[in-house]
Amino acid sequence: MNVAEFVPIVFAASFAAGFLGSLTGLGGGVIVTPVLTLFLGVDLRYAIGASLISVIATSSGAAAAYVRDGYSNIRIGMFLEIATTIGALCGAFLGTHVPVSALSIVFGLILLQAAWQSMREHQGTHAALLPDPLGNRLRLNGSYSDNGVEQSYEVRRVKLGFGLMFGAGTISGLLGIGSGSLKVIALDQAMQVPFKVSTATSNFMIGVTAAASASVYLSRGYVNPGIAMPVLLGVLAGSMLGAKFLAHLPVILLRRVFAGVVGVIAIQMIAAGFGAKL
Amino acid sequence: MTDAKLERIVATVLRTGVSVTGAVVLVGGIYYVIRHGGEAADYHTFVAQATEDRSLRRVLAGVVALRARSLIQLGVLLLIATPILRVAVALVGFALEKDRQYVVIAAIVLAILLYSLVT
Repeated sequence: MNVAEFVPIVFAASFAAGFLGSLTGLGGGVIVTPVLTLFLGVDLRYAIGASLISVIATSSGAAAAYVRDGYSNIRIGMFLEIATTIGALCGAFLGTHVPVSALSIVFGLILLQAAWQSMREHQGTHAALLPDPLGNRLRLNGSYSDNGVEQSYEVRRVKLGFGLMFGAGTISGLLGIGSGSLKVIALDQAMQVPFKVSTATSNFMIGVTAAASASVYLSRGYVNPGIAMPVLLGVLAGSMLGAKFLAHLPVILLRRVFAGVVGVIAIQMIAAGFGAKL
Repeated sequence: MTDAKLERIVATVLRTGVSVTGAVVLVGGIYYVIRHGGEAADYHTFVAQATEDRSLRRVLAGVVALRARSLIQLGVLLLIATPILRVAVALVGFALEKDRQYVVIAAIVLAILLYSLVT
């Protein structure tokens, strides 16, 4: 295969990755990495560099629209980024002392369970949990307009969400992934933020987490311009298109897509733990 | 300064960053395909990128020398810079809103980010 053939294939896969990633808050690595490694035989280290680029491109490509429409909550994002960035630093330091393959398997199993959870709506639990006074003090409560209807929301269990975000950051640092999955789960299931706000705020946050690690991988020579170019352009275009769809898609469909993609990530993580490179 | 205005400014920063990044990589990409389109796309074995592609200074030198791959790497560096710039701009916005709590929060995030960039 020559460069003129490789570029359009990677562009098309990245476009799909950006589209799905922007709607689910998961970034695009879940598609970009297996397409590069399994179908195109690219070395995993180049794929890691490309995957980080796809996460940042998804995040920034969709975030402009999400922030403008109020789907991404800037204060929730900024507050929780303290937890994810400190977590990522801890993960990077722990890196050499932790059995990464065992961790991958455990993380995969957690995600399988979370994918199952997110399929089930949890309207009943909303009434049972009171809004967290911390949410008020930190001005985390907000509103967004869904198809022209203004919806306001109050956050719950801020400390639990903060703790989970620290875990998400640590996992990112240890495994070199964006961990958008844990971010959406912390926002949606722990803090009970509306689902669209959860995915859009996760999408807003993953760019910051990935930017810190991307610069490290760039200086180590993992970012190959021949791969980065179609990934970056494809993901940007796909995520900008995805951002236009969020308002119009029903939450139940988004939850199903999210659960499906998280299920795939879970299987990738478990396979990676057993030594298969997906 | 209101929250709505801050959101508009953050959105503008992101959109501008993404547009400039996309334009730079598109130009570099077209140039790259014209020059290297017929070469084999062989990424089976990992060879760390040449030093030209690994630091800001060397990338800029490559851009001046009209090297297609350096132009793409410049786009990648702009892509990485955009979320960091977004945190810095939000920090200024919170300061203009006189929201001390969030000035501190944004400053912590920015400090950790910059620390991880230099280590």
